[in-house]
Amino acid sequence: MKVDKEEILHIAKLACLNIKEDEIEAYRKNLQDILNFANILDNVKTEDVSETITSTSNVNVFREDEIKEFKEKELLLQNAPEKDSGMFSIPKVIQ
Amino acid sequence: MELYELTVHELIEKLDKKEITPEEIMKSYSKRIEEKEPEIAAFVTRTDKEAIESAKNVNREKSKFAGIPIGIKDNMCTKGVKTTCSSKMLENFISPYDATVIEKLNDEGIISLGKLNMDEFAMGASTEYSAFKITKNPWNLSTVPGGSSGGSAAAVASQMVPWALGSDTGGSIRQPAALCGIVGLKPTYGLVSRYGLVAFASSFDQIGPITQDVEDCAILLNLITGHDEKDSTSINTPKKDYTKSLVKDVKGLKIGVPKEFLGEGINEEVKEKVLEAIEEYKRKGAIVEECSLDIANEALAVYYIIACAEASSNLGRFDGIRYGYRTKNFENLKDIYKNSRSEGFGAEVKRRIILGTYVLSSGYYDAYYKKAQKVRTILKQEFAKLFEKYDFLITPTSPSVAYEIGTKSTNPLEMYLADLCTVSVNIAGLPGMSIPCGVDKNGMPIGMQLIGKPFDEETLIRAAYTYEQEVKFRENHKPTFRKAGA
Repeated sequence: MKVDKEEILHIAKLACLNIKEDEIEAYRKNLQDILNFANILDNVKTEDVSETITSTSNVNVFREDEIKEFKEKELLLQNAPEKDSGMFSIPKVIQ
Repeated sequence: MELYELTVHELIEKLDKKEITPEEIMKSYSKRIEEKEPEIAAFVTRTDKEAIESAKNVNREKSKFAGIPIGIKDNMCTKGVKTTCSSKMLENFISPYDATVIEKLNDEGIISLGKLNMDEFAMGASTEYSAFKITKNPWNLSTVPGGSSGGSAAAVASQMVPWALGSDTGGSIRQPAALCGIVGLKPTYGLVSRYGLVAFASSFDQIGPITQDVEDCAILLNLITGHDEKDSTSINTPKKDYTKSLVKDVKGLKIGVPKEFLGEGINEEVKEKVLEAIEEYKRKGAIVEECSLDIANEALAVYYIIACAEASSNLGRFDGIRYGYRTKNFENLKDIYKNSRSEGFGAEVKRRIILGTYVLSSGYYDAYYKKAQKVRTILKQEFAKLFEKYDFLITPTSPSVAYEIGTKSTNPLEMYLADLCTVSVNIAGLPGMSIPCGVDKNGMPIGMQLIGKPFDEETLIRAAYTYEQEVKFRENHKPTFRKAGA
């Protein structure tokens, strides 16, 4: 696949990242290099092969849905970039 | 002899005989850190002063490990002490809980000397991608320690900590262990709980020991394994005592040597030392055969596609709202997300998020991500076939010895080639171990990798121990702390 500038901007938008005008080419070239390198996979026949998504044999791991109270609210809030009255604070979303 | 020169099993022996106290141990390491940290730069957060205080109240009745120090890679959550992942994004993050492995160490009375440097979010092979500092290799201060657990490996090799925990997604325990002349083990996927390990690629990540010798490796593995209901990928298998595998005997063991890892791209001196080690195994009565892992070269592409896809998803949580870096430059909520991520993540992390997002995006999902998952199946099958015939495999750990700082960090693709020998082990979820097998003409350490069957860490430890006891690398080679030049 050939990657162009618009593609990089689209992907950056999906990934919620800003890419500055003067960085676009570096990101584009890097992605292109890796995709070119990944073309090696075209040589592998995979018609009747199923996908592996994980290395364990675990399927549907269940446990009791028990409530465990977390009593150290202040430890969570100490990491908040902004907080107010025991809550996380964000800018107004409804204009 | 200073206490910091000892291995953990030697420290325990002296503690048991009441020849030393935990407080003396901590003071010895604190002094060593004071002396070596300025040139090595392995720590993100030092807690050695706190460790000396904690050591005063150690209850040796409770556990034989009580009062033993350790170093922790800075991507494992430690309650009350910063966990930064060497990223600006988490520069001031203090976890409200302990990772399961940390809980296990705490239960034994093991005391942390600090949090160790790494490539940002574990993405890298040299620790140069840390947002805070560049860690140096104790064998030559102008070279990299490897990565991403480079701080852990350099701290152990320079004896600022007796042992450490690292994490390994594509070689991040084994490769720095090789470059720093020490022992590193990536356990089978699911053997050690990942709860509280900041996720990079969830289907590859695994925590493991970085130690000075094989005996310490077995001891630390004993301490961190076990089923954990907080990690749904953790496997419920009976607990083993890996120190029982510290046996000096490989007679009759069948070893496969995949030729793909001794060909192009592998440094000649590395090749030579690994082949010499294989001869040693033959002399000890092991049966060695050349074999083939046909898909070895494709593994690197599979690795980067899947690891980056998983990373792009895992790193979606960093949005500047509940924890982590928040931009000062915003007008609305969308700005907070975008600007916090763009300012908080370093260049390599962003490159991988871009690649991961691309291979998961509509139109490319089948061609890259799905294809890689299928080739992953084939790789697993090829390994399974080899293990019908062989007890374990031997390869080099890294294609080269430690290289000069700054020589590869500007070319990401070249940096990725450092993972050539190690990634396939993560893709298949197998255990892999690196032990030192010699030095090159400049005195830089070379590591060999032992790859085992799923949940057969015992054979790896037995084989590593046999070789170590015979060759005695640690007695014959020591880091020189020389500055620059070869």
